[in-house]
Amino acid sequence: MEMNQYMSMFIDESNDHLQSLNENMLRLEQQPEDISIVQIIFRSAHTLKGMSATMGFEDLASLTHEMENVLDLVRNDKLSMNGHIFDTLFKCLDALEAMVQDIINGGTGKSDVVDLVQRLKGIVKGDVDGNGVAKSSAPAAAVSAPLVLDQYQLSVLSQSLEGGHKAYYIEVKVQEDCMLKAARAYMVFDALERNGEVVKAFPSVQEIEQEQFDRSFSVYYISQVEESELRDSISRVSEIESVVMNVVDRQSLEELEGSRKAAEQTAEALKQTAATITPEKPLESAESNASSNTARSSAPAAPAAPAAPAGNNAPRTIRVDIERLDSLMNLFSELLIDRVRLEQLASEVRRNDLTETVEHMSRVSADLQNIVLKLRMVPVESVFNRFPRMVRDLAKSLDKKVDLIIVGAETELDRTVIDEIGDPLVHLIRNAVDHGVEPITERIKLGKPEVGTVHLRAFHSGNHVFIEIEEDGKGINRPKVLETAIKRGVVTVEESKNLTDDEVNMLIFAAGFSTADKVSDISGRGVGLDVVKSKISALGGHVAVTSTLGSGTKFSVQLPLTLSIIAAMLIKLGSEKYAFPLTSIVETGSVKRSDIRMLHGNRMIEYRQSIIPVISLAELVDSPDYRDDEEAETEMLVIRKGDKLAAILVDEFIGQHEIVLKPLGKYLTGNQGVVSGATILGDGQVALIVDPNVLIK
Amino acid sequence: MAEELKVIVFTLAQEEYGIEVDKVRTIERMVPITRVPKTPSFVKGVINLRGIVIPVIDLRGRFGLEETDHTENSRIIIVAANELEVGFIVDSANDVMDVMSDKIENPPEVVGGIKAKYISGVAKIGESRLLILLNLVEVLSRSEIIQLEQFGD
Repeated sequence: MEMNQYMSMFIDESNDHLQSLNENMLRLEQQPEDISIVQIIFRSAHTLKGMSATMGFEDLASLTHEMENVLDLVRNDKLSMNGHIFDTLFKCLDALEAMVQDIINGGTGKSDVVDLVQRLKGIVKGDVDGNGVAKSSAPAAAVSAPLVLDQYQLSVLSQSLEGGHKAYYIEVKVQEDCMLKAARAYMVFDALERNGEVVKAFPSVQEIEQEQFDRSFSVYYISQVEESELRDSISRVSEIESVVMNVVDRQSLEELEGSRKAAEQTAEALKQTAATITPEKPLESAESNASSNTARSSAPAAPAAPAAPAGNNAPRTIRVDIERLDSLMNLFSELLIDRVRLEQLASEVRRNDLTETVEHMSRVSADLQNIVLKLRMVPVESVFNRFPRMVRDLAKSLDKKVDLIIVGAETELDRTVIDEIGDPLVHLIRNAVDHGVEPITERIKLGKPEVGTVHLRAFHSGNHVFIEIEEDGKGINRPKVLETAIKRGVVTVEESKNLTDDEVNMLIFAAGFSTADKVSDISGRGVGLDVVKSKISALGGHVAVTSTLGSGTKFSVQLPLTLSIIAAMLIKLGSEKYAFPLTSIVETGSVKRSDIRMLHGNRMIEYRQSIIPVISLAELVDSPDYRDDEEAETEMLVIRKGDKLAAILVDEFIGQHEIVLKPLGKYLTGNQGVVSGATILGDGQVALIVDPNVLIK
Repeated sequence: MAEELKVIVFTLAQEEYGIEVDKVRTIERMVPITRVPKTPSFVKGVINLRGIVIPVIDLRGRFGLEETDHTENSRIIIVAANELEVGFIVDSANDVMDVMSDKIENPPEVVGGIKAKYISGVAKIGESRLLILLNLVEVLSRSEIIQLEQFGD
């Protein structure tokens, strides 16, 4: 199908627009009066509508269309945002996201949006508080008109009824062979305006004057004149086929009154929880007029032209399929293997011109490596950008007030890390909002600001990227953590006495640990933080936590810049070769057999004023042809995990190399003990990469 | 209608076996194998197949036959099934054969000491030749590896 080639473009762009919708909705919630934000939201929704209609995703298009209607009223100052409208629009965004996700997964993007569409239609009809004012304007619905009244027009109508006027809904149809529709319509309006006032016309008066209507038009009309007299005066205009008149009567006025009162009551209640915005009088400034005009003129052409004037600073980027980047990376890693092989050969052959050429090639390929790696770098923004919305929803459902402050969203990380880091971060942030930040009443009691703050920071440091999540909540309660840890059997009572504060804090990452008194559906099932920790470890990262009771907790996640190419120390063990990631190596050295002492059945050595355990790699991997206990002096690697050290006994150091990480193959994935992956050496042989995290318990 | 099935023929302890041709990626001569610790004994390790690391298992060991030293004729057959890529070490591999589907019979309980679940059928070729067709899904099943790993712990 021809469509396929547009599909990826559609998916990319809809994701962009959804993201921008989410962001701007959040901004608008902060500054509800800022009409320029509404304009941006409107444009995004409008483009999305056009694109999805072009691609044939009708449910997407119809939902965005209704959203657009609501937004149109807002930007033209005919409707002011309130909690209900925000909630409805956010729900719509969720539905849109779900549909786009479905399309990405190969689905049809179909979804039941009737309920949301009804709610949006209700808002357009004036049901701004979500409790059904729209129903009372039944006469309008009864004649199934596309004509909708806004709040202002409704109140004009009801006031006229109160003042003893009569209100009509009139639908006029001109004859099929009518030559001058606009003229006839003008004559009808003329007749009407002689006896009363037109509240609202559909199509608008301007459009009717320009003959932009099919055969019929309808109006809401206020007059003193009786129905029959009115019918006569309209019918007197020639070439009119039919006139349908409905009286907007007192009964509907009473219904209107009743539900208005109910609406006011809920509005009163709403004021205490959500910020309601006082309706502003229509403000016809030249600027808003101009902008609404341009938008209107572009609207009919929308489904065909999804190009939106979304700012002039077009970024100088192109979109590249991730698979192509992956294959570029694979090809480059092949090249790297050959480079190492060439370097080895050149050093054996010892010919000057060859050595020079190989050296030059090495420099070029090192530059190339930097560029290839950079290509795969993605700003963490792509993970962070879903958090503001998540925190908003969470805070709302927990009845808390939380500000999320993001710093360093432009920090770049390898795509493979980005793909994996999302879930752990979601969990940590949920945890911060749910367990960290206190409820409003408690915060006030403690003299803290009502609104809690969660800081989300990302920054580079050396070969690592740090992501910190810090809140100003209650902090970790040491006695409570210890009590739970002992109860759950994570530590014994004796052990607990000697733990430092940091060690106690780390207990919350233990499996099956949860200090939440009551289990909420947000977090607190006790399966979370240990999963977070193992996921981050699997990425080659660390997570640490620092906390001050009463003033907050900080989670700090340390991640490697990339997972594809790492610097490693190659070692020999008899006939076998192994690689250790350089990041976990503290020092290389040698140890005399006589310096190894037995403590409690464990081998230990003294290393810089502390005693650290000794691990024999040969024993660990059941080496077939090397035993370290036969030697008087053994090479050793000191490795680190967090602040724990250990000495690894090896046969011989080969040297430091850049190695390309390769998976071991699915067949062997799973419980592989000490081996975390493989790499291909210069001679074409496979060497296994040892996972130092497993060596230190 | 009998359909024609193309199979790669290899030998293992004097018996002839077949794997459907579309499951086989390549057949390689023996290359150096890197041992992977803490795996079942029939997993010989991993090899470098043009830049991709592929696990290799000894089919003799997998079927509980006596393992022998590799010879000049030994081959590694790289198969792809169950989204897995694995190399099989076999005694020799030297033929491609067409088998008519109506000549394939259900496997008897035990064939040459190999459990029936690893076999999808036995094809009769000519008067006296029997070809054992492998059930790759079972041969590549990881459940036994996982059991062995747990046992090892």
